[in-house]
Amino acid sequence: MTPSTIIPSRRQLFLGFFSIGLSGFGGVLPLAHRMLVQQRRWLSEEEFTELLGLGQILPGPNIVNMSIAIGSRFHGVAGAWLAVAGLMLAPLVIVLSMAMLYDHYQSLPDVQGTLRGLASTAAGLLLAMALRMGTKIERHAVAVLLAVLTFIAVGVLRWPLLLVLLVLAPVSVWLARQRGRAGEKS
Amino acid sequence: MMLLLSLLASFSVFSLMAVGGAITLIPEMHHYVVESHHWMSGQEFAALFAIAQAAPGPNVLVVSLIGWKVAGLAGACAATVGMCGPSSLLCYYVAQLWQRWHASPWRRAIERGLAPLTIGLVAGSAMLMSEAANQHWTGWLLCAGSTVLAWRTRINPLWLLAGGALLGFAGWI
Repeated sequence: MTPSTIIPSRRQLFLGFFSIGLSGFGGVLPLAHRMLVQQRRWLSEEEFTELLGLGQILPGPNIVNMSIAIGSRFHGVAGAWLAVAGLMLAPLVIVLSMAMLYDHYQSLPDVQGTLRGLASTAAGLLLAMALRMGTKIERHAVAVLLAVLTFIAVGVLRWPLLLVLLVLAPVSVWLARQRGRAGEKS
Repeated sequence: MMLLLSLLASFSVFSLMAVGGAITLIPEMHHYVVESHHWMSGQEFAALFAIAQAAPGPNVLVVSLIGWKVAGLAGACAATVGMCGPSSLLCYYVAQLWQRWHASPWRRAIERGLAPLTIGLVAGSAMLMSEAANQHWTGWLLCAGSTVLAWRTRINPLWLLAGGALLGFAGWI
């Protein structure tokens, strides 16, 4: 299989991200991968991994960052706008409509009960996501320790996120560089 | 107007702190809208998160819902623009440089160093969300059940949400 990729037009860019936005439930990443790499072939597997890594290390919503990077790669600033607009437009309308319905009917006991069930399940999905990510952590005591420290600082002690990041992020990156150096030598 | 500016400013700051995505901001947003400004209760916060999860689209939509709850449609726009603006601008410029740094060992170190922090942040968010969402032991039971199912099986999360909503509708949660 040759990894020949296709350059989308502006219209295709918008419509492509529009369909990603509409079809992803509980996170859009798996769908984005299938559409961008396998179906439409705008990106090769390596390019996707590269952009995903970028979207994840930069602050901000991952998928929005990826849309910016992909849109601008093909059509500059206009491409970035079109990709993000395509991604957000339909979901925004849907979620706000749902919230308005909820607001209107929230006094009904049935609606309250439904939302309680929904909220507990959604919290469970988030816990599962944390567990899945946790089992994929780098097998190194330093990495595990940093994850636990971050969890305690933010989740248990409820320290301000900015403070935690300003201290732990540089430390963690520096320690990762040391691990990298050790790996190069051996 | 002051309210909108406050939303825009706060979420612009959150935007640049959201290492690992909007989900990692949950404790910070909870503190901002529930604890310090009392714009909504913890349960309402959990309900908005649940609605965002049940709707199609990216996780960041929970931010739009929070803005909407605080200040209507204009609030939703202010919070969303604040949340996506600064990080998008940063991403636009870094994306150009990123390929040039392909061979830099620091690039790998940044990826490798931030990964454990993201995991810790997501775990912290998950814990706070569970406390806000589960009001009775039945809620904790449902939460634990969906955790195990979502973690160990490949079931579509939408089915779990539908099941949870149904149990809640039946009055069991």
